[in-house]
Amino acid sequence: MPSPKRIGKIEFGLLSPKEIRTMSVRKIIWADTYDDDGFPYPQGLMDLNLGVIDPGLRCKTCDQKASECPGHFGHIELAKPVIHVGYTRLIRKLLRVTCRSCSRLLLSPEEIEKVVGTEDDLTGDVLSEKDIKKERLCPHCGEQQLKINFEKPTTFSEIFIDDGKKIEHKLTPADIRARMEKIPDEDLRHLGINPDVARPEWTILTVLPVPPVTMRPSIILENGQRSEDDLTHKLVDIIRINQRFKENQDAGAPQLIIEDLWELLQYHVTTYLDNEVAGCPPARHRSGRPLKTLSQRLKGKDGRFRGSLSGKRVNFSARTVISPDPNLSVIEVGIPLAVANEMTIPVQANPFNIEELRQMVRYGPHRASLSDPCGANYVIRPDKRRLRLAEGNLETVAEMLEPGWTVERQIRDGDIVLFNRQPSLHRMSIMAHRVKVMDGRTFRLNPAVCPPYNADFDGDEMNLHIPQTEEARAEAAILVAVEENILSPRFGGPIIGGIHDHVSGIFMLTNQLKWHSKEEALYLLKNIGVEHLPAPGKQEEGRPLWSNKQIFSTVLPKELNMVFRASSCQNCETCRRELCERDAYVRIIDGILESGTIDKKAIGAFDGQIVNRIIRQYGMKRAAEFIDAITHLSIRAIMMNGFSFGIDDEDLSKTEYGQIEEVLSNAVNDVQRRIKIYEDGQLEAMPGRTPEETLEMQIMQVLGKARDRTGEIAGRHLGLGNSAVVMAVSGARGSMLNLTQMAGCVGQQSVRGERIMRGYDDRTLPHFKKGDRGSDAHGFITHSYKSGLNPTEFFFHAIGGREGLVDTAVRTSQSGYLQRRMINALQDLKVAYDGTVRTTGGRIIQFCYGEDGTDPMKSSFGDPVDVKGIVESILKEEV
Amino acid sequence: MNPEFEEAIRDASLPDKTKQQLRTFLEGKEITREQFSTILDRVINEYMNTRIEACEAVGIIAAQSIGEPGTQMTMRTFHYAGVAEINVTLGLPRLIEIMDARKEPSTPTMTIYLQEEYSGDRDRAREVSWQIEAAPLHEFGDIVIDMENMQIVVQLNAAVCDKRKISVADIVEIAPRKIKDRRHYRDFDHEVDEKGAVMYFMPKDKESYQNLFQLAEHVRNVIVQGIDDIERVVVRKESGEYILYTEGSNLKDVFEVVGVDTTRTRTNNISEISQVLGIEAARNAIIHEALSTLNEQGIMVDVRHIMLVADMMCMDGEVKQIGRHGIAGEKESVLSRAAFEVTVNHLLDAAVANEVDELSGVTENVIVGQPIQLGTGDVKLIAKPLN
Repeated sequence: MPSPKRIGKIEFGLLSPKEIRTMSVRKIIWADTYDDDGFPYPQGLMDLNLGVIDPGLRCKTCDQKASECPGHFGHIELAKPVIHVGYTRLIRKLLRVTCRSCSRLLLSPEEIEKVVGTEDDLTGDVLSEKDIKKERLCPHCGEQQLKINFEKPTTFSEIFIDDGKKIEHKLTPADIRARMEKIPDEDLRHLGINPDVARPEWTILTVLPVPPVTMRPSIILENGQRSEDDLTHKLVDIIRINQRFKENQDAGAPQLIIEDLWELLQYHVTTYLDNEVAGCPPARHRSGRPLKTLSQRLKGKDGRFRGSLSGKRVNFSARTVISPDPNLSVIEVGIPLAVANEMTIPVQANPFNIEELRQMVRYGPHRASLSDPCGANYVIRPDKRRLRLAEGNLETVAEMLEPGWTVERQIRDGDIVLFNRQPSLHRMSIMAHRVKVMDGRTFRLNPAVCPPYNADFDGDEMNLHIPQTEEARAEAAILVAVEENILSPRFGGPIIGGIHDHVSGIFMLTNQLKWHSKEEALYLLKNIGVEHLPAPGKQEEGRPLWSNKQIFSTVLPKELNMVFRASSCQNCETCRRELCERDAYVRIIDGILESGTIDKKAIGAFDGQIVNRIIRQYGMKRAAEFIDAITHLSIRAIMMNGFSFGIDDEDLSKTEYGQIEEVLSNAVNDVQRRIKIYEDGQLEAMPGRTPEETLEMQIMQVLGKARDRTGEIAGRHLGLGNSAVVMAVSGARGSMLNLTQMAGCVGQQSVRGERIMRGYDDRTLPHFKKGDRGSDAHGFITHSYKSGLNPTEFFFHAIGGREGLVDTAVRTSQSGYLQRRMINALQDLKVAYDGTVRTTGGRIIQFCYGEDGTDPMKSSFGDPVDVKGIVESILKEEV
Repeated sequence: MNPEFEEAIRDASLPDKTKQQLRTFLEGKEITREQFSTILDRVINEYMNTRIEACEAVGIIAAQSIGEPGTQMTMRTFHYAGVAEINVTLGLPRLIEIMDARKEPSTPTMTIYLQEEYSGDRDRAREVSWQIEAAPLHEFGDIVIDMENMQIVVQLNAAVCDKRKISVADIVEIAPRKIKDRRHYRDFDHEVDEKGAVMYFMPKDKESYQNLFQLAEHVRNVIVQGIDDIERVVVRKESGEYILYTEGSNLKDVFEVVGVDTTRTRTNNISEISQVLGIEAARNAIIHEALSTLNEQGIMVDVRHIMLVADMMCMDGEVKQIGRHGIAGEKESVLSRAAFEVTVNHLLDAAVANEVDELSGVTENVIVGQPIQLGTGDVKLIAKPLN
């Protein structure tokens, strides 16, 4: 092992021409890359001194092979200096604040002191362009200053007035460089430039470093042709122009040609550094695609910083489709055998495990069925040599194995792995599960862990990572495990819990009082780990019977005491408690469900009151066991009767249809009446609204009420015998509104909260009269989904639906960016050992975290202590 | 309650909120001494257990807790918050607005509470609202364009003026002044007949009708009563008192209106609060605004997360944006800034200024491939050899 070195700090500075030449291993003068034999030209862009990319060759500088040689810089001597595009703003600033003849700062020492402050006073600021008045006389040499004009991308010129005419005199990079050279170090410090590492003349390039070939490898196409990297292409251009420039210069070419070539060289160097400069046409590939040059490599989401440095690719990971398995525990994850065979964990051999490891090596890489023990794929010798295990060498390698070797064994049941689903919006998006190797080709998980991942099974894929070191596995088991993440740090409540059928099932099991025979009771409680049935609740015809509440109580901890109201509670004015006709008053005393229905409020994800209380009184582990038990029990409960929903579940009787029709036609007439009032000019506007807006609001209100009325009528007909009602009441899925839309009336379609107004002149569709303000002309749908929509209604429905889709698309990108910004702003904050919140740099943000030092995850929905729960569990009554 | 218990609760080392909860839950209950002491012990024990642990990466947790529910929020900008008449931006756009620390929210509104003598009575509340709501001149009388004489005649309606508690003399004085100062239109003369409550406005350039109409526009819309930025005021009765809701916001001027309860009145313009009341108030406003935006959408988020964000934004004494032009852009680490946005410029500038990256933050260490200084990475154990 190499000693663990730490990078202490990174210093940034400019490369001086001298440094560039010292670090260069070769001066590059030829624009060509390879000769006809495919061998690099000496002093060409692919010179062997710059590093090697072809296997088999050795670097001429460090004599290493392609895999080891890091590459070395070369350099190009430019015929004339050119400007570095990234520094044009700095150059402009320096030209404007310094004298054109003596190059000193255009301020007297007193004026400087005014801005910068005295030496021991640290409150001062660095000088900026604004501190210097334009076109003044130099306080040092008295020279009249001229206005400096800057034209994008890289042209500077001086403007002086001669005979009342403006004359522009172009400054060549050489002129500018000469001025920069003369700026004294002392003046630069006042401008926020450190002259020790960044002399301003170095921003004007006289020599260009050539990056090593390893940074711009060429790829060999199928037809054997070489395709060079974009950077190489650009460097070829630069060298070519540079060469021509030199020749013309030596031949004494006319000034005009020199200037043209100079500008061309400037263009190539500019696009080499940044190919997206404003005012400069991007250099293009032969195919017309803009070249990806230095800046483009760093920038943006897939650039070096965000794409390669902040986010990295990893080994030991797997990805496949997920599917549900309610028989798994929430802390487990089902892994296909094919994945388990491929992925490995390194185990160091020692005298205590060597026999076990030998056995694994003997089994080899091929594990045919679930019942086979796990084998090994690789063995690593102490000298770091890797041996791949295959049919032929298993026995020999097993014999050679001795302490100090490492065996990469396959994944087996009980191993800890990290499981993740993108987008990883919060820390519960990655949790550690225990492995259960299974048949099939998908990852399997208990549906109860879907909420933290925000997963469903419509084709979602998830990722799996195998921790490779002992430390990683320890952190995974202690910090990242599912059972440690049942509580969400967002609000201090459980985010793992029953969903969908778990809630429907447990609701159907526990609602009202029902009695079950021994067979039924045993069927329900199978595989839950309940060892003894409680004493039967009553005897009937000599047969013992157990109540549904008794059966549920078997999964509760023995000393649990709590009282709350289920989500089916209607918040009646006077609560009838145990006598509630909906059975919504939940009372658990000493671990026995005395009354009430268990539903979303009790065990659901996000609200699970019982889950929450168990975590606080018995710990996370017991809570995970409880969730396992509840999911198994509820699935069995729902399977006992079956649960389905079909088109005939939305059927109403004739009387209801009549009532609905009446309500709707009344509403439509009411709307017509109000329109009439408005058209007669009799409508009194609400304060601050136009009569038109008032009318719209009234219409929306009338139609909204009408839709709700149809829902009530439909709801009266459909009772708890209806699956959709069960789902809505228990909180499993959907709402009464969905049912209203299916059975009663779909209601008003809206765009931006208003009735649909767009379309043709004065009307939404050609089916209506111009100026029609009626309900049907602006998107009120009187039909239900079951009865079917007529064509205009269908069209309005599509308009309303489209808005929702656009909304979601816009929202994901916006909230993603907000989250990225927030993470970036807050990521360095931590709680220090003294309880203060500090940045990693040591700045104090809060003196006590959250003003009371409470961990939001451990808090009870924000309260430091769940006083209600504690009092309830001791006093055994509602408080 | 048993005074003995009362004393025990008082002396326990618990936060006030928990003590208060204990008192309310135990009030009027028959409890034995034994039960009480188990309750108190368990409360204290749980309190100790809920302390935040050192090295916890609270910043990241806060950012995730606010960012994650963002996907569940609605985009629809306009919603009616409580008052049907006033539009307020809500949902994700509002949250983004708060985090951006905009100078002006897209829908500024104020909730103005009144002092006791005004809050109980609708008419008196209305009186205050007249002082606040911006009222243009045309609401106080008839404005006629007299094309023959090239003048604009304003006949003030004394009854309206009386009702809105403003004297004719005031209007006559305010109107021309405000046209000049506020609307920056100076090319006119005016004459006043105070007894007849009539005003005459004449454009200086009598040759052009265009000028006349332009002037008429200014005369019609000049605000003569109320505060210019507040376009509308709605008086509502809520839990037994009258409250004013406004469209538009100007905290400083509203505070000077007689009858306004300055202790409870608030605006949703955070930068205004920071200017008028200071940075501490701005921090509280951020917390209040963000929390109510989230709660309105039915999203539970612990206050502590929002407090941390607000504290971070207000750390330097001015409200700073979450993002490129604020916190993220002013970080010390070059690499962290480069990895966020405008990569190349940060690197180039760092070179001339000879910046040094101390590699203390998260991104920097991820970039160079070192353990980050948070959570388990922040703990250093040094084994001491046995001999």
